[in-house]
Amino acid sequence: MGAKKSNQNVVKFNRWGYIFLIPFFVTYIIFSFIPLCSTIYNSFFENYRSGLKQIGPNFIGINNYINLLGSPEIWKYLVNTLIMWIGGFIPQIVIALLLAYWFSDPSLRLKGQRFFKTVIYMPNLIMASAFSMLFFALFADSGPINQILMNIGVISEPFKFFQYVASSRILVMFMNFLMWFGNTTILLMAGMLGIDSSLYEAAQVDGATASQIFFKITMPILRPIFIYVLITSLIGGLQMFDVPQILTNGRGNPTDSLTTVIMLLNRYLTSKDVGRGGALSVFLFIVTGILSLIVFRMNSSEDNK
Amino acid sequence: MNNDTQARTHGVPVGVRRTIAYIVLIFFSVLCLIWFYILLINSTRSHAEMTRGFTLLPSTNLVNNWISLINGTIPIARGFINSIIVSVCTAVLTTYFSAMTAYAINTYRFKGRTAIATFILAIMMIPGQVTALGFLQLINRMGLDDSIIPLIIPAIASPVTYFYLKQYMESNLPLSLVEAARIDGSGEFRTFNTIILPLIKPAISVQMIFAFVGSWNNYFTPALILHTDTKKTLPVLIAQLRGADWLRFDMGQVYIMIAASIFPVIVIYLILSKYIVGGVSAGAVKG
Amino acid sequence: MKKKVLGLLLSTTMVAGMLTACGSTASNAPASTETPAAETPAADTAAESPAADTAAEAPAADVSADEGKVLNISAWNEEFKSRLTDHYPGYEVVDGTTGKIGDVTVNWLITPNEENAYQNRLDELLLAQDGAAADDKVDLFLVEADYAVKYTDTDYTLSVTDLGLTANDMKDQYKYTQDVVTDSNGVIKGTSWQGCPGVMIYNRAIAEEVFGSQEPEDIQAHFSDWNKFVESAAELKKAGYNVISSTADTFRVYQNNAELPWVNGTQIQVDDNLKKWVEDSKALADAGYCGTHGQWTDDWTKGFYPEGKVFAYFGPAWLIDFSMAKDVEGSIAHDGGWAATEGPQGFYWGGTWICAAAGTDNAGLVADIMKKMTCDPEIMKDIVLKDNDFVNNRTVMEELANDPSYSNEVLGGQNPLKMFCAGADNIDMANLTAYDQGLLGDYQTAMGDYINGNYATYDEALEQFYTLALQRYPELTR
Repeated sequence: MGAKKSNQNVVKFNRWGYIFLIPFFVTYIIFSFIPLCSTIYNSFFENYRSGLKQIGPNFIGINNYINLLGSPEIWKYLVNTLIMWIGGFIPQIVIALLLAYWFSDPSLRLKGQRFFKTVIYMPNLIMASAFSMLFFALFADSGPINQILMNIGVISEPFKFFQYVASSRILVMFMNFLMWFGNTTILLMAGMLGIDSSLYEAAQVDGATASQIFFKITMPILRPIFIYVLITSLIGGLQMFDVPQILTNGRGNPTDSLTTVIMLLNRYLTSKDVGRGGALSVFLFIVTGILSLIVFRMNSSEDNK
Repeated sequence: MNNDTQARTHGVPVGVRRTIAYIVLIFFSVLCLIWFYILLINSTRSHAEMTRGFTLLPSTNLVNNWISLINGTIPIARGFINSIIVSVCTAVLTTYFSAMTAYAINTYRFKGRTAIATFILAIMMIPGQVTALGFLQLINRMGLDDSIIPLIIPAIASPVTYFYLKQYMESNLPLSLVEAARIDGSGEFRTFNTIILPLIKPAISVQMIFAFVGSWNNYFTPALILHTDTKKTLPVLIAQLRGADWLRFDMGQVYIMIAASIFPVIVIYLILSKYIVGGVSAGAVKG
Repeated sequence: MKKKVLGLLLSTTMVAGMLTACGSTASNAPASTETPAAETPAADTAAESPAADTAAEAPAADVSADEGKVLNISAWNEEFKSRLTDHYPGYEVVDGTTGKIGDVTVNWLITPNEENAYQNRLDELLLAQDGAAADDKVDLFLVEADYAVKYTDTDYTLSVTDLGLTANDMKDQYKYTQDVVTDSNGVIKGTSWQGCPGVMIYNRAIAEEVFGSQEPEDIQAHFSDWNKFVESAAELKKAGYNVISSTADTFRVYQNNAELPWVNGTQIQVDDNLKKWVEDSKALADAGYCGTHGQWTDDWTKGFYPEGKVFAYFGPAWLIDFSMAKDVEGSIAHDGGWAATEGPQGFYWGGTWICAAAGTDNAGLVADIMKKMTCDPEIMKDIVLKDNDFVNNRTVMEELANDPSYSNEVLGGQNPLKMFCAGADNIDMANLTAYDQGLLGDYQTAMGDYINGNYATYDEALEQFYTLALQRYPELTR
């Protein structure tokens, strides 16, 4: 009897679970799920504004997708995005690994760790739009960077950073690197501190060098967190927008080589091209969906451990 | 210092490695800070001074630049207030309701619990941009276009914050505590507000900071929603500088405006850096 | 064809301003009944010129008595705001974005032009006009020639005749300023206070140093066509000066002398003269005679100061007065170091038109602003004297052109108005389409990359132009 009663009580209490979930789900359904559905729905229509005249909505099946995926633009922008992501990610992961290894290496006992961590993490918190505006001003033809370079005699004429594809892209990569390497360092360091120190001791007893320990012990153990960082960074990279948008004022100059996928979406959204914008959104949804699935798998398998 | 020899491995001596490590660390620290230094210097200099070249020392026009910015056409003060309203509200709503959601999943054993937990995990990575189109249509239909409300309310459903708080609760919140509260006759809602929330305060404050900063820096959605200058948040106003027309070629104003939007966050960060950096790694261990 | 007819119309205007007045009245027949009533006050203000300020304040207050208490003005920069502040009787500044006329609050909704942002914003406002509360409705908005058609050929703008502006009020306006805002039914939907004939504005000191003279006639001889222009550019380069700041400076000159409109039906067309601009500009840039940055950038404005070492800019009166940093100490304009000459080809640039938005609850005040700012010869003359703008009033301009006491300080005391008057008579805006602003921006973007060497051939750049254009305007074809 008593057992049954308390069981009922627990069941009664457990109903509260649903109640506590209401705010989350109501908000999610209204502001994310319904918009997602209407985005998908819109992608099957021709629906844009020509001047002040509304064209459509006319049902055109998957024509928006055919036009989107059939045109070279989207692939070009996807490649742009990936290039700028990779260019930021590779130095970021290399430097982060190095710094994290040093920070967590007990034999080094670096002083001022808190200071260094604080400093390298800082750019991550800076408003990306202000940071890009700052870089735009600093690297302008007559901006301080050119002035400094000319003062110390590296160049005799201003170098036009924003006129060349390579230098503009490198600036974006560099900014992405700066904003994220501190964050990655801290993530990797947390992983490294989790490694059982007896492993290191055993390796040292066996006469392993620092680099041997790093490549033979640290790296393999770090692999899961490494993949996690890689994929979350890729998902973040696909959303790259603020930096190239503000640096190029939305044009993706030079030669449209700084235009990212989200910048194209932004162009469609600001000119109210709902059909083409919808198709692009769905495409992005599918791509990030696949990537998230990988992260999700990893998370859930770790949970089961 | 004596430990050096003990900890010494084969290969490069520790002392050398340590020196290299310091040099590299200092290099990257400088690389992180130099931009803000130039920003700080240039925001104290007038446009005319800047055209003459860069100097390492600040000048005296900080106040002048600020005054001309305030008297200019960009309502920077309003932008500040708007950004603060949006960020504070977002931070509070996000953490409170995410904690509530996490508490629900963590504490109660109801039907479909695992399915719901899996679902939230699955949607965690979906970026807001892919639903932006539908979102814009929705808020237009709701008459919320050009208003800061659609920047705040959706923060109630934040899978990432939820995930972090749930992980924290799993390891730091004994369920026996909830039982004890029940025996004392505390209602479920009250238990959550008066017992649970104070207990997870460390996690909440970390997430609050992240939510605040994330919202403070957000540009994509506000740029699509806000149209009236006096309703815009700082990132949108900053972006406007980039598209600035021919009246605003006073670089002094540009620099001081960037400085004004960056430095408050830096100051907050420096005060709270212990928690923030700790928070990042805590999330990493769990994630 | 259309162009020829217009040319003919324009030459008629030149002969007799009166004819235009008759023409306009005829085409706006339904409104002609209102003419006598509305004519009187306008004539009054003109006659009572000394007392204009006090007399005008009264009607402004009257007009708004039974109207909305908020006047919303949509614009892309501060130019009209400063004109209204300085010249509209009774306008008081409240703060950066608000003002007051009598008991009416004036709200300035300013959105910069870049990437069509202003048009996009205005579209939203106008489309929401019906549902908006009276005080939130746009009452008055400004448009540029590049996209005026997009708005004037719709029901979102009001006929100025319906507002009470008569043909007689507008008789002194340059005809082309009315053509730009005349819709496909021949109804005038807006009005402008300025004309925008362009000239070549050159640096006197550099002229003296390189060409041995700073007199406009002498300099004109060095720049009378594009070949001479390039030769002189080489000379300037030898002395260490750039002939112009950027290749973007001459774009308007070539674009205005194009034969084809940007769009024919729905097809995008690129005129040969634009290709010529690209080729000439590439040659200039490759030779190092000028930069390739965009206009309105920090680099572009360098030449407003002696350290910038730029010989000339191409621009209309508003550029001289409004943009060349004349209030900044140390600028060339501040010291009156510029002079103006015709340059290789005539052109025009910009111009701002005032339109009344359908649904306005301040029709009377809007009409009064239009009347005072664009028809009142006293106020317009005042604009020339104070701001050196070129106003849309033939009588005033010709009077001042022949007035030896008028001089432009930025131009070192030169009176450039004859040159401007001659230029204004030649302006032909028959080629305008609703897509010009977007298309010419995209064209310059794509071609800028070609000039910078980022595209190997013109055709590659052209391909990129079409890509951008079709992204922006899905309804167009190539």
